[in-house]
Amino acid sequence: MDGLLPDLELIRKDFPILQRTLAGGHPLVYLDSANTSQKPQVVIDTMVDHLERHNANVARAMHQLGAESSEAFEAARDKVASFIKAPSRDEVVFTKNASEALNLVANTLAWKGPLQVGEGDEVVITEMEHHSNIVPWQLLTERTGATLRWFGLTDDGHLDTSNIDDMITERTKVVSLTWVSNMLGTVNPVAEIARRAHEVGAIVVVDASQAAPQLPVDVVASGADLLAFTGHKVVGPTGIGVLWGKREVLDQLPPFLGGGEMIETVTMARSTYAGIPHKFEAGTPPIVEAVGLGAAVDYLSHLGMENVHAHEQAITAYALEGLATVPGLTVLGPLDATQRGGAVAFELEGVHPHDVAQVLDSRGIAVRAGHHCAKPAHARFGVQSSTRASSYLYTTPAEIDALVEGLEYARSYFKLA
Amino acid sequence: MDLDALYQEIILDHYKNPHHAGLRDPFEAEVHHVNPTCGDEVTLRVHVSDGVVQDVSYDALGCSISQASASVMTDLVIGKPVAEAMGIHETFLALMQGRGQVEPDEEVLEDGIAFAGVARFPARVKCALLSWMAWKDATAQAVGDDITTKETSNG
Repeated sequence: MDGLLPDLELIRKDFPILQRTLAGGHPLVYLDSANTSQKPQVVIDTMVDHLERHNANVARAMHQLGAESSEAFEAARDKVASFIKAPSRDEVVFTKNASEALNLVANTLAWKGPLQVGEGDEVVITEMEHHSNIVPWQLLTERTGATLRWFGLTDDGHLDTSNIDDMITERTKVVSLTWVSNMLGTVNPVAEIARRAHEVGAIVVVDASQAAPQLPVDVVASGADLLAFTGHKVVGPTGIGVLWGKREVLDQLPPFLGGGEMIETVTMARSTYAGIPHKFEAGTPPIVEAVGLGAAVDYLSHLGMENVHAHEQAITAYALEGLATVPGLTVLGPLDATQRGGAVAFELEGVHPHDVAQVLDSRGIAVRAGHHCAKPAHARFGVQSSTRASSYLYTTPAEIDALVEGLEYARSYFKLA
Repeated sequence: MDLDALYQEIILDHYKNPHHAGLRDPFEAEVHHVNPTCGDEVTLRVHVSDGVVQDVSYDALGCSISQASASVMTDLVIGKPVAEAMGIHETFLALMQGRGQVEPDEEVLEDGIAFAGVARFPARVKCALLSWMAWKDATAQAVGDDITTKETSNG
């Protein structure tokens, strides 16, 4: 099969969990990577090594361990900056996850400042967003009296941009959208939408949670002013996320959380704040998680994101082909692998997604069932919930075969075949 | 993992042919419950008079376990005095929360004993309980209304 990562079997050996067998002696077939990715040994070892040999707080400890820990933490920032081609390392803010990064933006936009969103202003999102990129904007617009507007979707699962000039107007302050849908898999024309948003002076926020794991990211070329993703979907640990922002935008946003390390000086009368990125990093950060994320993005860069992307496209095309052979199965979202990411949600007529997932799990196949934190997108297609199989750089064609066989078995188990 | 322990024939039968499905009049209370983690939902109506559960009608969207559980629940509570029906609810709840260690009482739970296996699948316990919790909520409301009505008519 063209496009697969060379040495796929060797790469799989980097991920110890992929050697696991589950109840009944079934080998693990992990097709839930859009939920969270598995971790290579190098990430695990880097984190253990940090805890065993270098653990200390960062930027506060005047001793050798403190210096080592700070150096490792800041080196992780350099690695992330390079991974997303950020013009400056200071534009990389560490957060807890992508949700916190998006909430940081939506919260600070409510407060006094040059970018403040107020009554009469509009925030534009899309119907295919993850709840993390919906709810913070609902909160912002409810709190400020601004209006929330939504780009609709076409029947084939693309963003409907036919009314873009009516959606994004001089009233628009913020346009926030996902780069790659976690449910439909759709890859959105972020740069094109950003161009229109910038014409009217709006800022563009991009949820790259599903894009960063599988596409080469160049934040400047993307058109984003602010971009969020999470560590645990890019073979890193949980508890660490990234907010990248253009320096001039981050400088204009007021602080988010107050506390240690985000200040310049504190008096009883008032405080002044550190420059970016520390302005947004109050309190002791997730240090070992950041160090682990640094190792994770290094691992991906070593494989080459172009190659990871090609692998995802090859596996996704193979999965779409296989799923098309299952009677009663309907894929949600684009059917052309070149226009989508590796998360494939589908319905199987006559079997509820929970039951599909349960039957697959009994064969060692891990998928996600439910609304995938994208209820509006499900509602748009008249679907209450779906089953989602999501591949990653370690997924093999044989695992897709196991999925398709498992789905045939689910049909026979529920007496549909 | 033994799928057949979860998907007993009785459960699959109720799933394919649910009893008492659909929303009917009359009713004193209607509730809408959702399982936020998976999106399963049920709209459920209860008709209580003379202290007896006269009817339970519902419109449910969800998996085989949640659908079959709604069907079995209506079989068990319709026609029972409210207090007795609440007792059946308690027994079913204890079975579901028993992590597979509770021996089901067929005298009380009838087809409901088929759900004993569900208690060993923690992720699915909520599916089995969705309609039961909705019924308890609706019945509490209906009985409350019933009492209010009586008090008003007496006063």
